[in-house]
Amino acid sequence: MNALASLRVALTALRINALRSALAMLGVIIGVASVIVLVSISEGTKQAVEAQIASFGANLLIIRPGSSMFGGRRGGAGSADPMTDGDVEAIRTEIAGLAGVSGEVSAGTTLVFGGINWTSRIQGVNPDYFSARGWVIGEGRAFSGAEDVSGRRYVVVGQTIIQELFDGASPLGQSIRIGGQPFEVIGTLERKGETSWGQDQDDVVFAPLSTVRQRFGAGMRATVRDAVSTIYADIAPGESTSRVIEDIQDLLRIRREIQPGAEDDFAVGSLAEFIRARNETESQLGLLLAVGAGIVLLVGGIGIMNIMLVSVTERTREIGLRLAVGARRADVRNQFLIESIVLCVIGGLAGLVVGVGGTLIYAEVGQLDIVIDPVIVAIAIGASALVGVFFGLYPAHRASRLNPIDALRFE
Amino acid sequence: MPALIECRNLVKTYEMGDQVVHALNDVSLDIEAGEYVAIMGTSGSGKSTLMNLLGALDQPTSGQLRIAGEDVRALGPDAVSRFRNRTIGFVFQQFNLLPRTSALENAALPLIYSGLPHAERVKRSMARLEQVGLGERTDHHPAQLSGGQQQRVAIARGLVNDPKILLADEPTGALDTKTSKDIMAIFDQLNREGITVILVTHEQEVAEHARRQIVFRDGEIVEDRS
Repeated sequence: MNALASLRVALTALRINALRSALAMLGVIIGVASVIVLVSISEGTKQAVEAQIASFGANLLIIRPGSSMFGGRRGGAGSADPMTDGDVEAIRTEIAGLAGVSGEVSAGTTLVFGGINWTSRIQGVNPDYFSARGWVIGEGRAFSGAEDVSGRRYVVVGQTIIQELFDGASPLGQSIRIGGQPFEVIGTLERKGETSWGQDQDDVVFAPLSTVRQRFGAGMRATVRDAVSTIYADIAPGESTSRVIEDIQDLLRIRREIQPGAEDDFAVGSLAEFIRARNETESQLGLLLAVGAGIVLLVGGIGIMNIMLVSVTERTREIGLRLAVGARRADVRNQFLIESIVLCVIGGLAGLVVGVGGTLIYAEVGQLDIVIDPVIVAIAIGASALVGVFFGLYPAHRASRLNPIDALRFE
Repeated sequence: MPALIECRNLVKTYEMGDQVVHALNDVSLDIEAGEYVAIMGTSGSGKSTLMNLLGALDQPTSGQLRIAGEDVRALGPDAVSRFRNRTIGFVFQQFNLLPRTSALENAALPLIYSGLPHAERVKRSMARLEQVGLGERTDHHPAQLSGGQQQRVAIARGLVNDPKILLADEPTGALDTKTSKDIMAIFDQLNREGITVILVTHEQEVAEHARRQIVFRDGEIVEDRS
C-alpha cells in the first residue's frame, strides 16, 4: 500500500471520529499555540532591546569621573577630577580598536527662531559623536573636525526642534538664536523616538564642543579649562569590549596618576552590556516559557498516544480484517502512524492559527513588539509532526503485532 | 495435477499454561478446485483451527500444507499476506465491515493492499456488489443495511480479488432463516460458476448445501462424505 492510500485511510478514520480527533488534537493545538505566542513575544522583546541598544550606540563605552577621595572621605559620584580634551585625545590616539571618540559638554538654553522659542539643551560634541551614538544625518551635514577646533557657530538639530521651531519645515541654512547668539543650522538628524523609559531622544541640538564651551562656559571649572562631562568611545566592530575597557582603564590610571592598588576614580561603562545583561535574564525567561510550552506539547502528545491506544483497541477487529485480507504488518503500522502524524500536524496547523492570532491580539492590546519568526513556525509544525511519530509509534506497533485470528474474534 | 489444497499429517497444538492442547491431530485432506465443502463439528472439534490454517492465518505445528501450489509454511509474514490477498476470500459470521464506510469502499478493501489504482478498485468492487445483488446500494453504510445485505457486502469483498478459494466461517450464524437461505443461494451460485467454496459450520442445514461434508471431532476427521 502506498503512502497516498495510507493517508486516505488515515483521513477517513479521523473523519469518522471527528469529535474525538478534535479533542485529541486539543493538547497539541494548545502546545503549538503557546510555543508560538511565547517565542514571538520573547523574540519581540529581544528585538526591541537590540533596537534600543542600536539607538543608543551599539558598542558604546561611557567614560565619566568617579568619586574623589580626600583622606578617607569619598566625594560621591562625579566629584573626582573631570575628564578633559586631553583625555579624549589620548584615548583617540593611544587606544586601538576604536571607531570614534568624542567628548561631550552641555548647557541648558533657550532657542529662538523668529517669534518662537523653545527651551532645550545644547550639547557640545566632537564630530565622532554622531556615529558613536548611532545618529544618522538626515539633511545637510555634520560639522567637521576643523570646524570643531575653530569653534564655528554651527548646529545640527533633532526632529523635535524642527517640529517646535520650524513647524516641520526644513531648517537648513536658517539662523537660530541660542542663548542670544546666532547659530546656523547645517544639518538635521533622523528620528530616534522615545527611549523605553519615555525620554524624547529627538529634543537635541548639537554644536562643536569648543563652541559650546566658549559660548556657554559649559564644563568649565576654575581649575580645569578644557573639561568634558563625559567621553564616549565607540568600539570598532569585531573588537573585544573587555580588552578595550581594560586598555582605557590602564591609560586613564596613568594619566590620573592613580597608585597601583588604589581604586579608580573614574568609570568606564558599557550601557549595551548592561542592556544585554538584562536581556539575558529576559531571554532565559523566554527559554523557560518555551520549555513550559514544550511540556504542554509533550502532554498533548501523551493525549494523542492515549487516543491512539484507545483507537487501536476499539478497531481490533478492523485490524484483524485488514491483516486477513492482505495488509502486511507494515501497512497496519503505517496506517496508525500516519493517523497519529496527521492528527498532530492538523493540531499543529490549528495551533499555528490560534498562536499567530493570539500573538497579534497580544501585540495589539499590549502595544508590544512581536516577531513571528518563520523558523519558529516551521519548528512548531515540525515538532508536532515529531510528537505524532513519537507518540504514535507505540500504538501503531501494537496494532501491527496483533494476531489476525484473535483480532477477528475480539469483542 | 495436484489438488488445490493438500494437507498432509497436519498437527496443531496450543500450550495453555502447562497443558498441551491438540487442536488438530494428524489431519490429511485434499480439496480439489471447484469443490463445495462444508467443514463441520462442534465447538472445540478443530474445525476453526483447520479453517485458520486453510486461510493461511495460522501456521501448523507440523505437517505439510500446500494451497494453490504454495507451501504455506515456507512463506514469510509479508509473503503470506500477499498470498492471502491474492488467493483467499474470507466471509465471517459477524460480517466484519468497517463502520461508517460505504459498501463500495468496504468491498474494495482487499484491493487497497493489492496496489490497484483507485479507478480499478471502484470498477471491480462495483461489479462484485452487482453480482451479489447490491448494485443499488453501493454508497450505503453498514448501519443502513440489513444483516443479509451486510453479509452480501462481505461476500463481495471476499470475491473482489478473484480468489481461488472462498472461505466462509459460519456465514449464516448471525442471520435469520429466511436471510440464511438467500445467502446460501449466493454461495451455491458462486460454486456453480466455478469458485471453490469452503463453509465452516455446525449447522446441518447449511452443510447440506455443500457437495462434500467433512466432520471433525477432537481434532480428527471422523467423517468425509460426498
